[in-house]
Amino acid sequence: MNSLDFSIVLQAWPYLWSGLLFSLALTAVAFVVGLVLGTCLALVQHFEVPVLGKLVRGYVALMRSIPLILVLFWFFFLVPIVLGHLSGNGRPVPIGATWTAFITFGLFEAAYYSEIIRVGLRAVNKGQFEACQALALSTFDTYRSVILPQVLRVASPIILSQTIILFQDTSLVYVLSLTDLLGAASKLAQLNGRLVEMYLVIAVVYLAISSAASQCVASLRKRYAIAGR
Amino acid sequence: MLQHTAGNEAGRSTPIVTVENLVKRFGHFTALNDVNLSVAAGEKIVLCGPSGSGKSTLIRCINHIEKHDGGRIVVDGVELTGRMDDINGVRREVGMVFQSFNLFPHLSVVENCMLAPMKVRALSRAEAHERAIGLLRKVRIHDQANKYPGQLSGGQQQRVAIARALCMQPKIMLFDEPTSALDPEMVKEVLDTMAELARDGMTMVCVTHEMGFAREIADRVVFMDRGAIVEEADPETFFRAPRTERARDFLGQIIH
Ligand SMILES: Nc1ncnc2c1ncn2[C@@H]1O[C@H](COP(=O)(O)OP(=O)(O)OP(=O)(O)O)[C@@H](O)[C@H]1O
Ligand SMILES: [Mg+2]
Repeated sequence: MNSLDFSIVLQAWPYLWSGLLFSLALTAVAFVVGLVLGTCLALVQHFEVPVLGKLVRGYVALMRSIPLILVLFWFFFLVPIVLGHLSGNGRPVPIGATWTAFITFGLFEAAYYSEIIRVGLRAVNKGQFEACQALALSTFDTYRSVILPQVLRVASPIILSQTIILFQDTSLVYVLSLTDLLGAASKLAQLNGRLVEMYLVIAVVYLAISSAASQCVASLRKRYAIAGR
Repeated sequence: MLQHTAGNEAGRSTPIVTVENLVKRFGHFTALNDVNLSVAAGEKIVLCGPSGSGKSTLIRCINHIEKHDGGRIVVDGVELTGRMDDINGVRREVGMVFQSFNLFPHLSVVENCMLAPMKVRALSRAEAHERAIGLLRKVRIHDQANKYPGQLSGGQQQRVAIARALCMQPKIMLFDEPTSALDPEMVKEVLDTMAELARDGMTMVCVTHEMGFAREIADRVVFMDRGAIVEEADPETFFRAPRTERARDFLGQIIH
């Protein structure tokens, strides 16, 4: 067995770096889109909005029961067709792999976050709502300034854990021929035959990023364990 | 600080809260049955009665946290129907203090006090801050203004809750057993705060079993049992010579 040669990794670093940046960008966008949309979806269910509430319920259940990789396929083929219908002439409008990835990850994450937030909303003490009523706060202000900040704080460790999984799942974009960190490493590994070095190094990168995030989760848990009465 | 100075004499003639033939049901259970109560501006009322008699339900109806099923409630000239405008109009003028404090745990003490004045009374941040600090000073807790509720003792939290309600400059304050959740050594600091508020002329309706407090500040003690007002009297008369059997039993139990 030949000895390990990490110089190859050093040469390949720019390419790996661009893959890592893509993974991080995808995670960040999906996080923001997922959180904003997920909060809206949770509220629609929480308020039991007629019709819409049921639709959202179904959407969330669907997204949570099929694998992300399948959703990626679907969106890649479906979204252009839907856009084609919307634009009127019926011809599919291709949106490209990158857009597909960003949209899909955002929508997929929204389903997961919304479930976390919906459960969190139910866990808020009744007294908090009554205090808001007694102070004549509007429903909007009640949720924006009192209820949601508490829910997001309490749920933040779970949301962050979910985001770590999301970060690892970005590797699935290979089905759209996009290149994330893992994709970049595999391509290089096939080219230069240095599989072991490549996979070792990116494993370390994943480990470093995920454990840094896990540290955040742990400290969030500790912090809100103290602050929460 | 408090806008109205109506003394008891002047106040008697103008009721600020009128409750007429109030009925409140929970499903088939009638929690309040034909309750009549009138509170004059500046008057201090202590509501007492056995557990489950409907004391909380009555004061929660006054600011429409509970919807009533029959009768009329008029607060500061506005009748509480289902209309949200009226309800929030009334709630602005009615402060409420809960047994379990219900402070906002994610906001600091001073922010707890600033939120509603800014959102509801449209005060600027600076104005709300100034008012909050003033009232926190009044309840003697301004040195804790930047702490979070979870870092305070129960008695301190309840005083913050009182200050938070006062920041809305209400015309009436409702208290629902404000000292029942407190350790005995903290009861006094909260009662002292309430007594001071009473001396300032605030209109108060307090559900409490603190009979010393009732003797000292109440103009009237209202005794409830099984969803109805059974007896009303000035504290001296009520404690010395309760008219009804039920009130005698009740007093026997709480005084031992
Ligand atoms: N949300 C509710 N649903 C059903 N029943 C209720 C509800 N709230 C109160 N009740 C019932 O109404 C009655 C009056 O309750 P209320 O809380 O007003 O009593 P209380 O006099 O404040 O008693 P306590 O001294 O225990 O606080 C009780 O029998 C209670 O079980
Ligand atoms: Mg009660």
